[in-house]
Amino acid sequence: MSIAVADHVRSIPRSGIRDFFEVVQTMEDVISLGIGEPDFATPWHIREAAIYALERGRTGYTSNLGLPRLRRSISDYVRKHFALSYDPHSEILVSVGVSEAIDLSLRALLNPGDEVLYHEPCYVSYAPTITLAGGRARAIETSARDGFRLTPESLEKAISPRSKALMLNFPTNPTGATMSAEDLAAIAAICVRHNLVVLTDEIYSELTFDGGSHASIAACPGMIERTVLLHGLSKAFAMTGWRIGFACAPAGLIEAMMKIHQYSILCAPIMGQDAAIEALERGAESVAKMRREYEMRRNFIVGALNEMGLPCRKPLGSFYVFPDITPFGLPSREFSLRLLSEEKVAVVPGTAFGPSGEGHVRCSFATSLPQIKLAMERLAAFAGRCRKAA
Amino acid sequence: MMPGFMDALIDLLQQNALMPRADMARLLDLTPENLEARIAGLEAKGIILGYQAIINREMWDLDKVTAIIEVKITPERDGGFDRIASRIAKFEEVQSCYLVSGGYDLLIVIEASNLRNAAAFVAEKLSTIDAVQATATHFRLKTYKENGAFHQIDSAAERLAVSP
Repeated sequence: MSIAVADHVRSIPRSGIRDFFEVVQTMEDVISLGIGEPDFATPWHIREAAIYALERGRTGYTSNLGLPRLRRSISDYVRKHFALSYDPHSEILVSVGVSEAIDLSLRALLNPGDEVLYHEPCYVSYAPTITLAGGRARAIETSARDGFRLTPESLEKAISPRSKALMLNFPTNPTGATMSAEDLAAIAAICVRHNLVVLTDEIYSELTFDGGSHASIAACPGMIERTVLLHGLSKAFAMTGWRIGFACAPAGLIEAMMKIHQYSILCAPIMGQDAAIEALERGAESVAKMRREYEMRRNFIVGALNEMGLPCRKPLGSFYVFPDITPFGLPSREFSLRLLSEEKVAVVPGTAFGPSGEGHVRCSFATSLPQIKLAMERLAAFAGRCRKAA
Repeated sequence: MMPGFMDALIDLLQQNALMPRADMARLLDLTPENLEARIAGLEAKGIILGYQAIINREMWDLDKVTAIIEVKITPERDGGFDRIASRIAKFEEVQSCYLVSGGYDLLIVIEASNLRNAAAFVAEKLSTIDAVQATATHFRLKTYKENGAFHQIDSAAERLAVSP
C-alpha cells in the first residue's frame, strides 16, 4: 500500500536546489559556489556565550515569543539599524530561522485564495510557502535590465482585486539586487493605495557594499502598520545552524502568528536565543569584518567573471552574483550540469529561483578565496571551450 | 573605490603578505600598478616595517628558547624610559620591547638559541644595566596562538555542497 499524500502537498514541486544538490552529492572534489551560507564559523565570542549559557544549565523552554531580553535586544537592534521602533512585549516574535517567520506570517494572514505577489527570481521557499498557507502565489518577473529591482510599473500591473500581500527580499537571493530608499518609496505608495500587506525579508540587510546603507520599506510613510519585517541572525552573524529568526509587526498580527508558533513549534531553541543576544549586543565588529571580506571576494569574482566573458553586475548586497550565461547559448540547467561534470564546479541554475532566472546562474562568494580562485580558473576554461563550440 | 580599502589592504598584508599581488588588486578593486604604488608608499613612509614568517617552534629548532621578561627600571630625568628602553631593545636577543602600565615598566620578549644563552642574557646583560631594578623571566612552555595564527589547525566543519 502506498500512503496517499495530501493533494496540495503533492502539487508542490521539490526545490530546484535540492534537485541539484543530489547530483553534486554523488561527486567528489567539487568546488561549490552553490552554498547559501557563510563559510565563516559563528564568531567565537558568540559561541562562547552559548557555551557559558549551557554550562549554567539554561536548557529549558522560553516564552513563546522568545526570551524577553532577546526581544529587547532585537528592538534596540532594529531601532539602530532600520530606524524603526517595535515594542519588545507585543510586536516582536522570535522564530526558528526566518523561514518559520515567513510561514507564520503567511498562515496568519491568508484566507484561501488570497493572492500574494513576489518578485522573481527569488528565494526558493516563497511560492511553496504561499501555496501551503492556502494562498495563490503570483510572481512578478524582474530582469537584469532593471538590476532585478521591482519596478512600480510591473507591481501595478500585477495587482488584482484578490491581491492581499507583497513579499520583498532586498538584497535579493539569488540576484544580489538592492533597492534604494527612493525605489522603495515608490513601491510603498502603491502598497498603501491598494491596501497591500508587505512581508519584507531583509536577511541580507547587513551585507551591503560600497559604503551603501540598507533601507527598509517599513520606514516609508504609512508602511509600519502594514509591514512584517522579517530578519534573522543566519547570514550577517554566520549563525545558520542556530536557526534564529524574528518578525517585527503590528501587535495584532504578531499575536496571530504567535498562536500558530505556540501550537506548532512552542519556542525557538534557548541555546540559539542566548547566542543571539550576544550577537546582537556585541557582534557589530564581527559583522563588519565579515562584510569587508565578502566585499573583497565580490570584487574578485565580479572581475574574474566579466573578464572571462560572463557579463555580471556588481551586486550592492548579499553574497551572490548572478552572471548572464546567454553568450554560451546553453540553458542554465545544462550549463550548470556540464560545468559540474566537466570542471567539478557547482553553481546553481538560475531556473531554481523561478523561470525568469533562465539565462543566469547563481554563484555564492561565501566561500574562501582560494576556492573561489580555483573555481574561476575552471570556469574560465569551461567558458573558453563553450565559446569555441558555439 | 571600496570604503576603508587602506585598512583592508593592511589587513590582507598582515594575514598573508605573500598573496599574489594580482589577487590582492582584484580583491581591492585596484589596478595592479595602483596597488604596487600604494604598498610602496606604505613601505616608504615606514608604516610597513617588514614582512615575516610565523614559525611553529614545536616543529622547528626545538632548542630555541623564548622568554617573556618583565623589567622594572628607574626612569631618567631627561627622556623618561625611552633611552633605556632603546638600549635594551638593541640586543639581538630582544624580539619585542614594550613600555607597559602596571607593576613593571618594560615587557620584553627574547629569543635565544638555548637555555644557557637565555640565562646569560638576563644575568649578564639585562640585569647589569644600572637603571634596571628588577626582572622576572617567564619561559615559554607551549604556544597556542601567535600573531593571529593558531599552532594547531582545527579540521574544517562539514558544509553542504549546495544550500538555499
